[in-house]
Amino acid sequence: MSIILPVEHSTRTSPIPLVEIRRVRKSFGAHQVLRDVSLAVPAGTVTVLLGPSGSGKSTLLRCINHLETIDGGRIIVDGELIGYRQSGHNAHEMTPRQIARQRRGIGMVFQRFNLFPHMTALENIIEAPIGIAGRPRTQAKTRAKQLLDRVGLADFAAHYPAQLSGGQQQRVAIARALAMDPKLMLFDEPTSALDPELVGDVLDVMRELANDGMTMIVVTHEIGFARGVADQVVFMDGGVVVESGRPEDVLDGPQRQRTRNFLESVR
Amino acid sequence: MTALEQTRNELGEDATDDDVVAIPLRRPWRWISAALVLLLASAFLYSVLTNPNIDFAAIGEFLFDQRILEGVALTLLITLISMLVSTVLAIVIAAMRLSSNPVLSTVAWFYVWVFRGTPLLVQIVLWGYLGLLYEKLALGIPFTAVVFWQVDTNQLITAFVAGLLALTLNQAAYSSEIVRAGMLSVDEGQREAAYSLGMSPLYTFRRVLLPQAMRVIIPPMGNETISMLKNTSLLSVIAVLEIYTQATVISSQNLKQVELLIVASLWYLLMTSVLSIPQYYLERRYGRGTSRALPPTPLQRMRRAFANRRPGVAPAPETKAVSVI
Ligand SMILES: Nc1ncnc2c1ncn2[C@@H]1O[C@H](COP(=O)(O)OP(=O)(O)O)[C@@H](O)[C@H]1O
Ligand SMILES: [Mg+2]
Repeated sequence: MSIILPVEHSTRTSPIPLVEIRRVRKSFGAHQVLRDVSLAVPAGTVTVLLGPSGSGKSTLLRCINHLETIDGGRIIVDGELIGYRQSGHNAHEMTPRQIARQRRGIGMVFQRFNLFPHMTALENIIEAPIGIAGRPRTQAKTRAKQLLDRVGLADFAAHYPAQLSGGQQQRVAIARALAMDPKLMLFDEPTSALDPELVGDVLDVMRELANDGMTMIVVTHEIGFARGVADQVVFMDGGVVVESGRPEDVLDGPQRQRTRNFLESVR
Repeated sequence: MTALEQTRNELGEDATDDDVVAIPLRRPWRWISAALVLLLASAFLYSVLTNPNIDFAAIGEFLFDQRILEGVALTLLITLISMLVSTVLAIVIAAMRLSSNPVLSTVAWFYVWVFRGTPLLVQIVLWGYLGLLYEKLALGIPFTAVVFWQVDTNQLITAFVAGLLALTLNQAAYSSEIVRAGMLSVDEGQREAAYSLGMSPLYTFRRVLLPQAMRVIIPPMGNETISMLKNTSLLSVIAVLEIYTQATVISSQNLKQVELLIVASLWYLLMTSVLSIPQYYLERRYGRGTSRALPPTPLQRMRRAFANRRPGVAPAPETKAVSVI
């Protein structure tokens, strides 16, 4: 590989990033939510995004799979520019169909689960593989059952979301995202809507996923999870990245006062 | 001895002062009002049945008259086609109305404004008179002489087609507002979850949003179907031979107007009653996942009721009071 790549790449210790966010800007009306955010996520690593409410964490995640458009900068996932096609100096927004295609490779888990309430757990998982990826039904079902087993819900395939606890719903949501075989998983406060005793099961599933080498970007206030699982912790405030680095550096010896204040408040 | 003390004694020695005995509220007005209603209803029924001006034999005779049965069939056919086509149209209009494309949403808004804002009767007559407005209908390129296909208006738009068009286009305006309300009732997170899985907007609409909106859409659509069934009678003004027109045609010959109106009404009642059955099953189908257990179908309910009455299973002893724990 070093033969093909330019010298400056081969001498780096970290591999090529799977996700590269460069100087991303985003405003809602006059309110600038992201101000020149840059971030690199190497393949197979876990990045935890920390920051006070309203600092732009969710917006950044949603930009990565183009649920929000960006005003400037660029987001590249696995070598592909997200949401736009570069031609010369201009970037043209893709059609909904092309964007949908890009999103298949990026799984997302939401704070409020967002399972489809009219479908059983199994149906939630197989809908996109069959309807979007065109997989055969029996194959999709077998895979869905494996995934349900993996998140500890093998016996709940026929349950509707309303018949599941919050923690169970969130694990089904993770299985649903995984069924599309994404190369990247985005988690937006996946345990914030859960009763405290249900948080552990969801974090366990995420921990396992990280161990299996999934590239993950996780917004969470679970400092313990960040310390144990993250390769990189990024602290955001007011739409900028205030500080980032290895978890032990950011969490135990933060350089910035804003980071210290925040860590104080969540401890 | 008060009622409370009495029931407490009947419960036996176990009933201590801590036991609370709940006695259902007595509702004497139910009995009194029921008796009153029964009295009034039987007085009315008596006056009708003994009315020498009503020819009951004629009602029986025409209830299954060939022309009446044909009218019933046509009424059902028009209702069915209009409801099906207007529902499809309504979904399209609602999707346009909700779309971010300003041209589409304005067109949809204008459509609803026009068709909801004018009387159905006027619309029916206008469609019937279409032949006066345009002698020929043609398919071609506007503002040029190029014509691919053309037809005499009155030949294409028969009274039946005019009636169908009027009912369908009018109903689509009303139904689209019902569909729109249903779509707005679906949580925004559903769309995001669908998009994040790589679903296209159209796929998301069809497989995720619409099925959930259906739960909200179906009950009012049941009402709309019943209205539609009755509104078909308005097509008598353009001489479509549905049941009401058939009844008036017959009564204009034999002068038994009231009898034939009763015949028509009996059929309308039967048809509207039958229509509530598919509504029940549709509500069940789209209610999946919303309640923890689906309500039993009437068939299941009946089976259960009979199962309870099977000999051998001792019924619970009757109690005069229920103790609240
Ligand atoms: N769709 C939107 N329209 C307008 N403002 C928004 C929208 N989404 C988010 N915001 C605003 O952007 C800021 C950042 O929001 P968010 O990314 O959700 O922050 P976080 O997830 O860090 O709490 C907030 O001030 C929020 O009010
Ligand atoms: Mg957020």
